[in-house]
Amino acid sequence: MADELAPNAPDSVSPADSSVGLRAESMSPRRMAVRRFTKHRAALVSLIILGIMVLFILLAPFTARYGVNEAVFKTSPENPNSFLSPRGIAWLGTDDIGRDLYSRLIYGLRVSILIGLASAFFGTILGVAIGALAGLRGGWIDDLLMRVTDLFLAFPFLVTLLVLRSVMSNVPWLKPIVGNPTSIRFVVVLFVLFGWMGVARLMRGQVLALKEREFVEAARALGASNTRIVLRHLLPNSAGPILVALTFAVSGNIIAEATLGFFGYGPQPGAGATSLGKLVGSAKGALLPGYWWLVVFPCVILILVSLCVNFVGDGLRDATDPKLEGNR
Amino acid sequence: MWALPMTLIITFVVYVALRVGTDPLASYLRVNQRASPKKIQQYIETNGLYEGFGGYVRGYLQWLQGFVTFDWPRSIKGSREVWPEFRDAMFNTLRLGLTATFLGILIGLSFGIFVALKPGGLRDATVSTSSFVAISTPPYVSALLLQLLFAVYWSKWFGESLLPTSGVYPPGHRGFDLVLMVKHMILPVTVVVIQVVAVYARYMRASLLEVLNSEYMRTARSKGISERRVLVRHALRNALIPIVTVAAIDIGAILGGLIITERIFSYPGLGDFFLGAYDNGDFPQMMPWMFFFTLVVIAFNLLADVLYAVLDPRIRLG
Repeated sequence: MADELAPNAPDSVSPADSSVGLRAESMSPRRMAVRRFTKHRAALVSLIILGIMVLFILLAPFTARYGVNEAVFKTSPENPNSFLSPRGIAWLGTDDIGRDLYSRLIYGLRVSILIGLASAFFGTILGVAIGALAGLRGGWIDDLLMRVTDLFLAFPFLVTLLVLRSVMSNVPWLKPIVGNPTSIRFVVVLFVLFGWMGVARLMRGQVLALKEREFVEAARALGASNTRIVLRHLLPNSAGPILVALTFAVSGNIIAEATLGFFGYGPQPGAGATSLGKLVGSAKGALLPGYWWLVVFPCVILILVSLCVNFVGDGLRDATDPKLEGNR
Repeated sequence: MWALPMTLIITFVVYVALRVGTDPLASYLRVNQRASPKKIQQYIETNGLYEGFGGYVRGYLQWLQGFVTFDWPRSIKGSREVWPEFRDAMFNTLRLGLTATFLGILIGLSFGIFVALKPGGLRDATVSTSSFVAISTPPYVSALLLQLLFAVYWSKWFGESLLPTSGVYPPGHRGFDLVLMVKHMILPVTVVVIQVVAVYARYMRASLLEVLNSEYMRTARSKGISERRVLVRHALRNALIPIVTVAAIDIGAILGGLIITERIFSYPGLGDFFLGAYDNGDFPQMMPWMFFFTLVVIAFNLLADVLYAVLDPRIRLG
């Protein structure tokens, strides 16, 4: 946002006056937002935890103790090291074929966060574009958009995802674009197609509210094109809510991937990778024999990621929406 | 009266999506691999599986006619009647869903009220944070953890598991047994209740706080009405208005949570029915499900509008 919008910045107060005790601090909106965010303690802690997680997955070659498909020790047929409970050689235990759960969680988290970020990012871009179009043009485009989002949001998300998934995998000419139903690309495309609607509605509402404002009118009077108005005026002014929606989309997509994976419809990243969905899915089989570590640790990581991202989103909402201040 | 055309349009879109997505003919050929060309042609005609957009419209109308006259096509796998299974699943889901929704909303609202009366303190922080955690926890995760604790590890520690983890009755059981049924429902209901409680505690807190800060609360107090009466007659009533409408629209989300929960607990409800049909690509089973669901969602949206107008006299139905 432009600096000239900064409130409470009287020019007359010189630094010398501050000694009197009447210190007027000039703050840009961005700085005020940062200050509000840091006041949200849970959001701050979550951001730090997420930062540590990202460090772990970026430095996977160093932080992971074994390869993703590597068994702890060199296993022999008589000693496969499978289902070891947590211990020194495998901090979080091993799975059915003796692979280290701790290392696999790092690799799985990497794929899941990648899916979450990529699909949230592209979904938000698509949603912003469609929402801006509908808000500016109005008319039948707007009606159609609202009806389509109604339709998609009416059904439980798992049903919508599954039907969308089957349509995508059964239309032959989509194959080269979306790839194999078990590939990561397919899942990202699926989540993008599913995820643009919320953002589109949000952006449409923002555009409808903003386009009557004087600064948009002024820009139009100066001859600015629609594209310019959207990119230079509408988008910066709705950056806050969009950023918040983007954050919640990240956690939503990580959960969605895990849900699909849990029920066996998720991506099957090739031999060199795994995902949180796959790891949580394999917890089903570990339940009845009582291999608790295979259930508890993937679940805890999943909750932790989604919780932290949601907290950050919550903090961002507080930070970018000054009206909410004092409401907490 | 937009509800009827809306239903038809939505179900037509769903019909096309399912036709493309599940490809009923391919599923049929998978099951009946030695079907003669004549038989295939017959199957196409009785089920209206025509190609092209015009074919989809024709097929949809034919399907709709069969649907409303209760002449439902048989399932592809096993060629069974769809309605009896669908009906049983529906009752199972209603039993689970109504219990969980009722309990969840009741507990959630109480938590919300409890917190909103004293905002900002430790109480508020505890309830708000735990509902945030519950919302961030997918139902299957809480289901897994509950199963691990109450079934698997309970039986390791105490000899027998406290609660059963799957089905409505133990395998091989016949007849009706209320105690067994309730025991089988405890864990799935808990999983759904956790979600519902978290959502409604947050709604209620926000809604009640807004009402409590409004001017008519001050008016009511200054009239000298007892605090209790102010809270019940003025605050709660007004705070509930938005909640009721949200509850009516939320039905889709709650049923969605049920799908996941049912699958994990092998509970023979509509969710399990849908996923089973999806796995088999069984179009004749999925289409009634989607149609039924569309009807429910539209009905509840209508209900929300009506309730809103009834509860809030400022709003008139257009």
